Amino acid sequence: MRTTFIESLCTLAEKDERIWLLTGDLGYSVLERFADRFPGRYVNIGVAEQNMAGIAAGLALCGKKVFIYSIANFPVMRCLEQIRNDICYHNLDVKIVSVGGGFSYGSAGYTHHGVEDLAVMGAMPNMKVIVPGDPVEVRMATRAVAECPGPCFLRLGKGGEAIIHGAIADFPIDKAIWLCRGENACIIASGAILGEAVQAAQLLEAKGVKASLVSIPTISPIDEGTIGEIARSHKLIVTVEEHSCRGGLGDAVARIVASGFRQCLLLQVGICNTGSATVGSHSYLRDENLLSGSHIADAVTGALRKLMRTPGKDR
Amino acid sequence: MDDSVTFARKIRAHALRMVHAANASHIGSCLSAADVIAVLYSRVLKIDPAVPLDPERDRFILSKGHAAAVLYAALAERGFIPLSHLETYCRDGAVLSGHVTSHGISGVEVSTGSLGHGLPIACGMALCGKREGSSYRVFAMLGDGELDEGSNWEAALFAPQHELDNLVAIVDYNKIQSFGHVKDVIGLEPLFDKWRAFRWAVREVDGHDHMQVERALAGVPFEHGKPSVVIAHTVKGKGISFMEDNLAWHYKSPNAEQLIKALGELEDKK
Repeated sequence: MRTTFIESLCTLAEKDERIWLLTGDLGYSVLERFADRFPGRYVNIGVAEQNMAGIAAGLALCGKKVFIYSIANFPVMRCLEQIRNDICYHNLDVKIVSVGGGFSYGSAGYTHHGVEDLAVMGAMPNMKVIVPGDPVEVRMATRAVAECPGPCFLRLGKGGEAIIHGAIADFPIDKAIWLCRGENACIIASGAILGEAVQAAQLLEAKGVKASLVSIPTISPIDEGTIGEIARSHKLIVTVEEHSCRGGLGDAVARIVASGFRQCLLLQVGICNTGSATVGSHSYLRDENLLSGSHIADAVTGALRKLMRTPGKDR
Repeated sequence: MDDSVTFARKIRAHALRMVHAANASHIGSCLSAADVIAVLYSRVLKIDPAVPLDPERDRFILSKGHAAAVLYAALAERGFIPLSHLETYCRDGAVLSGHVTSHGISGVEVSTGSLGHGLPIACGMALCGKREGSSYRVFAMLGDGELDEGSNWEAALFAPQHELDNLVAIVDYNKIQSFGHVKDVIGLEPLFDKWRAFRWAVREVDGHDHMQVERALAGVPFEHGKPSVVIAHTVKGKGISFMEDNLAWHYKSPNAEQLIKALGELEDKK
């Protein structure tokens, strides 16, 4: 995803001289592509995220479109007040790019687990929160944030994510993307965990359960229309995110479902308890936190079974 | 335009009336900064209220955003906002907030209030000017207590690395921070040496001596290729006898009687 991002950004920067890229001393073997081609619009700020966010605000106040880049929580939490006061309050054209969301840096430990970032960024005024699910979505998202004025948060996977939308050439990043249409259950996923959701849908299909599958790359502002449509046409919605169950995709969907779709059950698959000291590979931590494809599939079948047992007026 | 001493007296009087009417805090901080701000707005800054967003204008950031009243007063005296707007300071539904906001106020470059934000933003503006060959300068005024914030020192490392000699930091060194004297809370000394060690060109001035302040600010950059910092030695509450060097006036607002006395002291100095 990060390679797709930097290649997309270079393409955009060729045409738009307002685009600058700042990094907090991270991006080895990735950002050189931009730095070599556009040295006048590239700065390694050093290990100083507060300064990076403030400098980005200063540049944006001079008319620049500034991408700031770091990993996991560093461009989010360490400089949160600069993001809130300097960037969001002034609705400045600053794009915060975080590589390695979720458990991408699983073995690095809790400091490097980006599992509360969406909640924090989603609470900021004027902020668009975009969590692409595969490299194709990354390309669309990078272009979309460059074209859309104002602050954006772009959370990327670390690398090696499979291409899911092979056949899709172009789509609006602010809308939900249907991967398949089924009945009864709909899986909604945001971010690199989309690959696990795809696997879950395949496992379910093998068991005779044809579930719908939707990717929602833009969590804030979220595509309320499509979520309403899903809630009207399905008995069960399962949201899937590599993020705390508090304040991410699941809560955003819950807000909409709770506003008038009582016939639809919502199940949130996410990280129940962040702050764990457990480390391990990305796949290990997904499995440990019941986020892997088989766990998602089990959650769907379990919830469907429960629904079948409680028919009638409740549902 | 008024000479800087008259300008300073006027913005002090505005600030006193504003905080009195609003029952607001931070008059001591306004008064310590008033002379430097007066020199900037009457003598130094290349700005034009008719073209407030001129790309080549000098930028001023009041990073110690709690001294908002005296900045709003300076902008009103320079014609960026009507003088009558000063009466709305901190009122219900008003635009002029207790900490500096740029929203709806011509001439304010950026909103401040939480400390440690101004210098990084100023670095961004200066970097842009430097890389694009612009001639504008960027001035940022910091409080002394504000220097406790680590973000300032991130920016202090950055600016000389990028040879931002179009950047000027001004420390309003009034020796009192929110909850005590600076030397008793988090001492800054040796402050001159700290900035020098960070590779800035440093000048110290009496921040109430307009000649000294103007000579320093007109002489930037002090060294080619280096950011400049002016350490302005000031007195909190300067100009009002019963407010000078008194922590209480970081918080208190003058009552009607105190306001009359304070305005009287300013008149006596004419």
